[in-house]
Amino acid sequence: MPEEFRLILKKADEPGYTPDIDCYMSHGGYESLKKALAIQPKEIEDGKTKTPQEQIRDEVMTSGLRGRGGAGFSCGLKWSFVDRRSGKPIYLICNADESEPGTFKDRQIIHKDPHQLVEGMIISAFANDVNLAYIYIRGEFPNGAKLLNKALNEAREKGFLGKNILGSGFDLEIHVHRGAGAYICGEETGLIESLEGKRAYPRIKPPFFPAVLGLYMCPTIVNNVETLCAVRHIIEMGGAEYAKLGTPRNTGTRIVSLSGQVKKPGYYEIEVGKVTLGELIFHENFGGGLREGRSLKAVIPGGSSAKVLKAGEKFNMKRPNKDGEMESVEVDMLDIPYDFDSLMAAGTMSGSSAIIVMDDSVDIVDVLANVSAFYAHESCGQCTPCREGSLWMSKALNRLTSGKGRKEDAEYLTHIATNIQGRTICAFGEASSWPVLSFVKKFKDEFEAKGAAVQPAEGEPNKEGAATAAK
Amino acid sequence: MSLNVPQTLEAEIDELITHYPEKRSASVMLLHAIQEHFGYVSKEAIEWIASKLELKPINVYELVTFYPMFRQEPAGKYVVKVCRTLSCALGGSGKLHGHICSKLGLDSRKHGLQTASDGKFSVEFVECLASCGTAPVMMINDDFYEGVSHERADEIMGKCQ
Ligand SMILES: Cc1cc2nc3c(=O)[nH]c(=O)nc-3n(C[C@H](O)[C@H](O)[C@H](O)COP(=O)(O)O)c2cc1C
Ligand code: SF4
Ligand code: FES
Repeated sequence: MPEEFRLILKKADEPGYTPDIDCYMSHGGYESLKKALAIQPKEIEDGKTKTPQEQIRDEVMTSGLRGRGGAGFSCGLKWSFVDRRSGKPIYLICNADESEPGTFKDRQIIHKDPHQLVEGMIISAFANDVNLAYIYIRGEFPNGAKLLNKALNEAREKGFLGKNILGSGFDLEIHVHRGAGAYICGEETGLIESLEGKRAYPRIKPPFFPAVLGLYMCPTIVNNVETLCAVRHIIEMGGAEYAKLGTPRNTGTRIVSLSGQVKKPGYYEIEVGKVTLGELIFHENFGGGLREGRSLKAVIPGGSSAKVLKAGEKFNMKRPNKDGEMESVEVDMLDIPYDFDSLMAAGTMSGSSAIIVMDDSVDIVDVLANVSAFYAHESCGQCTPCREGSLWMSKALNRLTSGKGRKEDAEYLTHIATNIQGRTICAFGEASSWPVLSFVKKFKDEFEAKGAAVQPAEGEPNKEGAATAAK
Repeated sequence: MSLNVPQTLEAEIDELITHYPEKRSASVMLLHAIQEHFGYVSKEAIEWIASKLELKPINVYELVTFYPMFRQEPAGKYVVKVCRTLSCALGGSGKLHGHICSKLGLDSRKHGLQTASDGKFSVEFVECLASCGTAPVMMINDDFYEGVSHERADEIMGKCQ
C-alpha cells in the first residue's frame, strides 16, 4: 500500500511539537551537527588525508541527493563545482523564496521546525568552508522570518552559531534576508542580485555560475530549504543509508504539495519514486480522489511552470522486466512514478514537487489564462521575448476567455511561446512558455472552440496584443 | 523634507546594515523597516535610505518600483491580500476578492492595491502565497488565513478595529 514516509516532516506535526530549540533538542536536534564537527581527518592511500569537510561532501555525493528547489540537480555535484581556490570567501544561501505556484512545502519546515533548517545550514556551511550565510525568505512570510530569527538567536545562545562553534574552531553567522513579493527572486541569480540590494534581474550563465561568480562575485552555493534539511539527515544516517530511501537515481524523500480539485489537498512526504502520480491524487493515504461525480481532466505535476498532463495520456517508458532487462512499456500518466526522471521522460518535470489537480468542471482556457497572467505579472522585464511575449500570451488568453477570441489564437499562442523558450537569460522564459505550449497542444479543440465563437477581427491577429503590451 | 526616524528604529536599521559585507545589500530590509513604521515609502524615505547606505536615491527608488510589496502611497490600517493564482482560483478566490471589494465599495476588476474610502482597509489581489492546499487564502497585514469562506472573511475583517 502506498504510504507517506516522513523523514524531514517526521516531528513537525506531532502534537506538542513546537518550533523552539528546547523542543528540537529534546527530539535529537543538533546531534548531527555535533557529529559533523567531531569528524576527524581520515587517512587514505599514499599518506594523504581527507578533511572532515571533504568527508561530509563525500557523504552528500553518496546520498544521491538532488536539489528540491526545481531543477533536481545533484547537490553533491553542485558543491563540487565551488571554486575553493579563488581565495575569496564562499557564501551559502538558503533559497526560502517558495514562490512557484502550487508549492507550500518549505512553509511547513520554516514555520514548524525552523531549527532543522538551521542545523542543515550549519552543517552545509561547515562542509563548504562558509563563514557567512543567508536565508532568503519571501516577503510574504513575515512570521516565518520572525521564527527563523528567533531560531538563529537561540542557536547563537547555545553556541551553535558565532565564533568557534562548539570549540571546533569553525565560525559561522547566518542572517535572514526578506524578499518583497517578486517571484523572480526564486531564480538563484536573480536572488543573488536581490541580496546585493538590486532589482532581481537574473544574470546570464555563463559566466555567472554562482559556484564561481555568485554573491559579491564570490563563489556561492544556493540550495533550497528542503535540500538543506536533507543534508542534516544524510549526516545523521550516512549517505549510503539515505540513498536506500527512494529509488536508485531518485533517492531520499520529497515533500509533495498537492492542491486543486482533490478531496484532501495537503503536503505529503514520500520516498521519491515509490508512489505514483495517480496514487498521490486518488489513494486514501494521499489526495483521496476527486469530488463526487467528477472525473479527472488534467494535472500539473511540478508547479505551474511544468507542462500539463492530460487525463488518459500514455507514455512509453523504459522499465526493467522480470529478467532485469530494460524494455519499453506503455504507461498511463497516472502510473508515472513520482520522481525526477520519470516525469522528465513523460516530457514534463517534477519541478518543485507541486501537483495541481483539475477535474472536468474546469474550463481549460480559463486555467491557462490564470497561469499566464501570473507570468505576465512576474517577468522581470530584462529580455524582450519574455517581457513582451508573456504579456501577449496573457492578452490573447484574456481575449479568449472574454468571448473576443479569434480562430487563430491557438496557433498564435504557440507561435509566441515557441519564440520565447531558449531565447532568454533565465529559465523563466521556459516557465512561461511551457504551460502555454502544453495546454494548447493537448487541449487544442477547446482553444479553437473558444476562438471560433467569434469572427476574426480585421488585420494581423497579433496587432492588438503587440499594441497593448507596448503601452 | 527630512524624515523623522525615531532612535529605536534607527538603531534597528544600523544593526541590520551590519549583516552585510556591502551596505547596499541592506536596502530591501531597510525599505521593509521604513514601510512598516511609516506605512509607505515616501520620497523623503528613499532619500534617507540612500544617504544611510551611501547610494544615490535612484538606486533605492528602482527597488520600490520593482518589488510589489513596496508602496509609495499610504494604505489602509489593514491591508488585505487575497491570492489570485491557480489553486486559489480553483478554490474560489476570485469570488472572495469580489466579495471583499464589494463590501468595501471597491472595484473587483482592479488587482492592484486599492483603499476603501474610510481608510481602514486596503485590498490587493496578489500572486501565490504558498499555501495552495488550503485555498482560498488571504493575509491581513502579517497574519495569514486559510480556507476563507465569505462568512469567515466577514468575521475576520469585523475583528479588525
Ligand atoms: C523562475 C524561477 C523561479 C524559481 N523559484 C524558486 C523558489 O521559489 N525556490 C527554490 O528553492 N528554487 C527556485 N528556483 C530554482 C533556483 O534557481 C535554484 O535552482 C534552486 O534554489 C537550487 O536549489 P536546489 O539545488 O537545492 O534545488 C527557481 C528557478 C526559476 C528559473
Ligand atoms: S527570462 Fe524573463 S524573468 Fe528571466 S531574465 Fe529574462 S525577462 Fe527576466
Ligand atoms: S495559489 Fe493561492 S496560495 Fe498558492
